[in-house]
Amino acid sequence: MKTPLLSFTATLALMAGMAQAQEVRVYNWSDYIDEDLLIKFEEETGLELIYDVFDSNEMLETRMLAGGSGYDVVVPTGTFLQRQIQAGAFQELDKSQLPNLENMWDVISERTETYDPENAYSINYMWGTTGLGVNVNKVREVLGEDAPIDSLELIFNPENAEKLAECGVQLLDAPTEIIPAALTYAGADPDGKDEEALATAEEVLMPIRPYVEKFHSSEYINALANGDICVAFGWSGDVLQARDRAADAENGVEIVFNAPKEGALMWFDQMAIPVDAPNPEGAHTFLNFIMDPENMAAASNYVYYANGNLASQEYLIEDVIDDTAIYPDESSLENLYTVTPFPPREQRNLTRLWTRIKSGT
Amino acid sequence: MRRAILIAIPYLWLTALFLVPFLIVLKISLSDIALARPPYTPQFDFSAGLEGLGAFFSELDFENFVFLTTDDLYWKSYLSSVQIAGLSTLITLAVGYPVAYAMARADEAWRPTLLMLVILPFWTSFLIRVYSWMGILASEGPLNAVLLALGIIDQPLQIMNTNVAVYIGIVYTYLPFMILPIYSALEKLDGSLLEAAEDLGCSRLSAFWLVTWPLSRPGIIAGCFLVFIPALGEFVIPSLLGGSDTLMIGKVLWEEFFNNRDWPVASAVAVILLAILIIPIVLFQRNEQKAREAEG
Repeated sequence: MKTPLLSFTATLALMAGMAQAQEVRVYNWSDYIDEDLLIKFEEETGLELIYDVFDSNEMLETRMLAGGSGYDVVVPTGTFLQRQIQAGAFQELDKSQLPNLENMWDVISERTETYDPENAYSINYMWGTTGLGVNVNKVREVLGEDAPIDSLELIFNPENAEKLAECGVQLLDAPTEIIPAALTYAGADPDGKDEEALATAEEVLMPIRPYVEKFHSSEYINALANGDICVAFGWSGDVLQARDRAADAENGVEIVFNAPKEGALMWFDQMAIPVDAPNPEGAHTFLNFIMDPENMAAASNYVYYANGNLASQEYLIEDVIDDTAIYPDESSLENLYTVTPFPPREQRNLTRLWTRIKSGT
Repeated sequence: MRRAILIAIPYLWLTALFLVPFLIVLKISLSDIALARPPYTPQFDFSAGLEGLGAFFSELDFENFVFLTTDDLYWKSYLSSVQIAGLSTLITLAVGYPVAYAMARADEAWRPTLLMLVILPFWTSFLIRVYSWMGILASEGPLNAVLLALGIIDQPLQIMNTNVAVYIGIVYTYLPFMILPIYSALEKLDGSLLEAAEDLGCSRLSAFWLVTWPLSRPGIIAGCFLVFIPALGEFVIPSLLGGSDTLMIGKVLWEEFFNNRDWPVASAVAVILLAILIIPIVLFQRNEQKAREAEG
């Protein structure tokens, strides 16, 4: 009785092993790639690509820390990447398998070294800023011609927020994005994490809470594009995608993205290989494919985010490379700040504060 | 021998699918958060042998349970979950009992079809059904459109993202779990008992109350358990249909686990949730047994 069962399991395991050798499993953010690239990858390499998406770093992190996620390539944001490297979730890149590394842009690589020293574990996929997505006409209708559409005043000043509530305001459901902005508005260090800093952020956010329709990290793209909301505090490329969807629909909705003039958070989404990736070789093939200048440019041209690939810039369409909302000029670069990860105790205070803000109690 | 094997099957089932997972969760709830993979400490070190085992147990403590008492978020969430699950169970019973009663009284040829209709929604994914409620209940959704057109309301009702939507979602989702056990209890009911009751002077209503209701009690109890227990820990329905002020322990557990990465505290929340469920059930069963012994 035992033998056939054993050999059956062995066969299954063997089949699973064989199947995995030809598969690459990628876990990336939603709305974050030109899907033609996925087909191109399969055609060029003969590998089967399984592409799943998420919309929060927390979800990804839990799967990384639990282990056995089954993914070969994942895309955490810098601050989260740093903590996961410390926890031993990733394997070092074999740079000999990544000839396209020469295409990367030192301006970005220098900055990502804060999170991943020597960029030993990750490559930059996209980077961007967090700021204001504004439906210009509606906001001017509500607040008048001189509405502060490039300032945090727009959402964090309760008087403005109260008026904007009638046309709809959404914020990202990501405390690590919103709290730094609230601190910037209050004139404090955006990287503050102690109880005093969190109390400051709470004082900014509580008064505007009643005027926020929803905290969500992906719904605002469509909501902005359809004209259901007039202001979103969200990610640059997402807002620009909303702008284009509105333009395509010819519904008269005009969206702009503004990095707040008080300072905007700059973040980096990094591609890394989990330590227990079933197919690390395939993962390297995928990373190298992504770092090909034309492929990287195709992705950026589609999602309207800047990338960390210098060689790709000649293939970028003017809409992307010439837009300072995507590729900021020298002076706007100075206006951007980066933040560091929250340690466990501070993280708990942060989550608790976020629950309190969202529930409005 | 055969008897032992027969008894062993449910016990094996309980051990493998309940006791072992529970002990793992209990163990994690007694450990400490760490920046590691998996993110808690201590972990079993088999190479260290007995000594390692001793060291392992000495590092466990009840700190996380003490922590749960320091923040009112937790007991408020437990309380609110019990309230939402309890009220939903009552509504489900009120809706489900007449349906089950009608089914059991229907013509015998019809019953398989009716049973099928109750089970039919399960053929569609649970998630899709909850998503369609999001569409139905939205302020620009069909429900509001119909009510507005009929002139019943003149402002769209804000149902989506409130507790009302959570109640609707739970009652809708768990209704079959209430109908089926009650139906199976009612179906077995011997009709001659009712005739006897009426012969002895009962009105139809009191015959129902004195005969049908007590005899369907096992079905009612099973149905209530089947609805109350999963509703208490429900996560999907409150997070899709509820507002950001809907407080349920399933959501708190999610946040501990995903946002705080604090598996030990998340496990402690889960252990207490289990205690809330199991203690009343055990007390109830003991009570039932005593009643049965008193009768017998």
